[in-house]
Amino acid sequence: MAQITLHVNGKARMVDSDPTTPLLYVLRDDLELHGPRFGCGLSQCGACTVIIDGNTVRSCSFPVSSAKNKQITTLEGLGTVARPHVLQRAFVEEQAAQCGYCMNGMIMTAKVLLDKNPHPGDDDIKRALEGNLCRCGSHLRVMRAIKRAASERV
Amino acid sequence: METSTISRRELLKGTGALVVSFSLFGSVSRALAQAAAGGEPEATSLDSWLAIAQDGTVTVFTSKVELGTGTETALAQIVAEELDVPFSRIHMEAGDTSKSVDQAVTAASRTIERAGPQLRQAAAVARRELLRQASERLNAPADQLTVNDGVISASGASVRKVSYSELVGDKRFNVKMEASGFGWDLKISPDVPVKNVKDYKIVGTSVPRTDLPGKFTGEFTYAQDVRLPGMLHGRVVRPPVVNSKPLNVDEGSIKQIAGVVKVVQEGNFLGVVAQTEWAAIQAAKALKVTWSTPSTTLPATPDELYAYLKDTKSFNDQVVVNRGNADSAFAQASKKYEATFRWPFQLHGMLGPSCAVADVRGDSVTVWSGTQGPFRTRKALSDMLRIPEKNIRVIFREESGCYGRLSPDDAPLDAALLSRAVGKPVRVQWTRADEHGWEPKGPAQLVTVRAGVDAQGNIVAWDYMERGFPWSESAGNPLLAGRQIGMKNVSPGQSNGTAGGGEAYEFENQRIIAALIPWSQDTPTPLRTSNLRAPGDLARTFASESLLDEIAADLHVDPVQIRLRYLKNNKRVTEVLVAATQAAKWKEHVSHSAPVSGSKAMGRGVSVSGRDGTVTAAVAEVEVDKSSGEITIKRVTLAHDCGLIVNPDGLRNQIEGNIIQGVSRTLLEEVRFDAQGVKNLDWVSYPIVTFRRVPDIQIVLLNRKEMPALGGGEPSTVPVPAAIANAVYDAIGVRMREVPMTPQKVQASLRSKAPGQRA
Ligand code: FES
Ligand code: FES
Repeated sequence: MAQITLHVNGKARMVDSDPTTPLLYVLRDDLELHGPRFGCGLSQCGACTVIIDGNTVRSCSFPVSSAKNKQITTLEGLGTVARPHVLQRAFVEEQAAQCGYCMNGMIMTAKVLLDKNPHPGDDDIKRALEGNLCRCGSHLRVMRAIKRAASERV
Repeated sequence: METSTISRRELLKGTGALVVSFSLFGSVSRALAQAAAGGEPEATSLDSWLAIAQDGTVTVFTSKVELGTGTETALAQIVAEELDVPFSRIHMEAGDTSKSVDQAVTAASRTIERAGPQLRQAAAVARRELLRQASERLNAPADQLTVNDGVISASGASVRKVSYSELVGDKRFNVKMEASGFGWDLKISPDVPVKNVKDYKIVGTSVPRTDLPGKFTGEFTYAQDVRLPGMLHGRVVRPPVVNSKPLNVDEGSIKQIAGVVKVVQEGNFLGVVAQTEWAAIQAAKALKVTWSTPSTTLPATPDELYAYLKDTKSFNDQVVVNRGNADSAFAQASKKYEATFRWPFQLHGMLGPSCAVADVRGDSVTVWSGTQGPFRTRKALSDMLRIPEKNIRVIFREESGCYGRLSPDDAPLDAALLSRAVGKPVRVQWTRADEHGWEPKGPAQLVTVRAGVDAQGNIVAWDYMERGFPWSESAGNPLLAGRQIGMKNVSPGQSNGTAGGGEAYEFENQRIIAALIPWSQDTPTPLRTSNLRAPGDLARTFASESLLDEIAADLHVDPVQIRLRYLKNNKRVTEVLVAATQAAKWKEHVSHSAPVSGSKAMGRGVSVSGRDGTVTAAVAEVEVDKSSGEITIKRVTLAHDCGLIVNPDGLRNQIEGNIIQGVSRTLLEEVRFDAQGVKNLDWVSYPIVTFRRVPDIQIVLLNRKEMPALGGGEPSTVPVPAAIANAVYDAIGVRMREVPMTPQKVQASLRSKAPGQRA
């Protein structure tokens, strides 16, 4: 076990953890965050996505020790139901989910996409989200929500 | 940047029971406490269904649960409508066995159809009682009272008003209702008059889903998020091959992993419990176990599987239609058609693998999971632990979309065995490989359809025979953990459904049979079976609608026209088919009659289906690359009639998902296995549809206000495979008779195309 300081959603958090622990379990079990979710643990689905220093990271396959001194943003860091991020608001407006389990990955990946490309076309969105699985088939709504967020962001 | 709330839990009185409050609904604790005071909920007591708090919140108690399909919102709309309160005031308290009446599992797209009326009638009884009390309070006859947003007013003189909460806020109704039947068939005071559909203001509107905002921010609590004080983490160690037993467990092999609490073995069930999730994961992986190597009778290849289906005697021939004499009509027909269709085992493939938390303390048990049937899970726990049901409380917390997988919910049983062994609450999270390998699969099916046409070109014989497996994990049979500790099956399994064999059409001589082939193992096999969304209907419809299409092409008839001809008096199906084809701008044509130049060919195909009263028709537009064999679905147009529509946008959301999942199952999905077990244990080896393969979707909703509201959660996935197969034929002139329609199969079919077939 080791004491590790993480910077999560703008706050410093100290955890006592086996350094090889995937970041996902630390965020969920130690910091009690619900945004990042366990879907596969194999980097195959995207449910566990967080943003580290501006890029998407699959936290199920990213040791907590590698997250030291980096800025970690989780879904909670974007906004709340009361004060949603423009993407979160757009997802609500488009009712862009069924079970919602994949939506952490969709929104976090979309956040990085929009940060890099504020007005993506359909193909840009599809490419960015190709590695994010949704078993419920909410894909078209997710695309509409991202386009809505892009148009509302300015 | 500010850190948002992390922990959203609060401890409610006694027993360490944890209640997660959803911020959207304000305080409901009083309503909850009020209901809890009433003891075991009885269907005949209004207080078992509804509680009105002083702040006006209406809490609805139901065992129907939200599976990501929007039913919680739709049921709340039904109650708000009948009770005349604003939608925002309804709070659904769903899936807690200590607080609800058993309305049976949430499954089969029957929630709106069956539980809708149950809750509506309860609301109507409540409204009647509130009017009665108001009539006394306001000293006015009940028929001169009007209700608006939960406030009752007497007409005539001014300011004579009383609100629901003033009448019964935080109090019990103490009103008895009629209740007959059980579960899906439970009828609640059916004679109490209800609102006229013409006056509906909430039902029929696209009220936004109440659960979604928190799912987009992390404030929502899934079963995977439930954490209890002192909770430990468990993982089950699955055998490497089917039916093997742990002969020797070397606990020393995980000594070096800090935080391991216990290795638990009971019969063939093996698991580890640890202080952290990571320790549990590592320990489960590292634990050295010597497993027995039994021989197994599992079919080892798809060919063996289909041969088993073909050659094994059925234990139940379910006869759907038997009109005239199909055999002799076929024998005498001037033209004969016959084809066999294969449908493989497929996964539900929940995006989040199964998860549950159990707290077993002596003979009292509390469990949190995403079970579709909290009462069914309670019974399974009771059978396995030999603890009376009344001592077991199952509390629903949503998991990821499950499409039937959590009807037989396994994880609570794993968690209970582990919790009992360590005397602490234990959370069990299945791995991806556990879920792919061990979830009960949608059963494989083999369908043969024969049809005969007379000299005038009429279809005079229709002989449809499906051979498929039942659900081995049907209610009453032990689940995975139960089998591993030695419990035996009590039933050969439950039917995988019978719809889709062409019963929508009228042929002079017609026989439709769905035969059930034995598939029940007392020892754990990864090819367990259960209900997968629209159980069995996709394969059955794929077969019947493909063969009908084949006949149409051979007779040079437009595929839509041949369907209309034999739908005869089936008015709703006819209207749905017409609606779909109009929206798709269908042009009358004979399939695959246009010449194809170049390597890419476009085609359109149509299919209709009906499931429990809901009717759908789909038109698929595909592009097939003849050299690569790749099928691309460009667009699917689908018309849908499920009677009265409760929430149009919610319904569209379901239909989109059904179509996309249908495309996935048609093009990509097949559980691969050999005699040892399942081979595709991750998403790379069991691919599902991703963004690049998602077609455009166009939906036509037919709203039948004169009809009851029927199910929308799964019927629209049913016509998708047949519509695709028929579109592929239209494009390239080959019949795809086996799912998944992979590029290899398309290429093989093109190569083997009979010389006589039009190219
Ligand atoms: S859980 Fe990390 S990619 Fe699936
Ligand atoms: S909404 Fe259920 S997995 Fe995407």
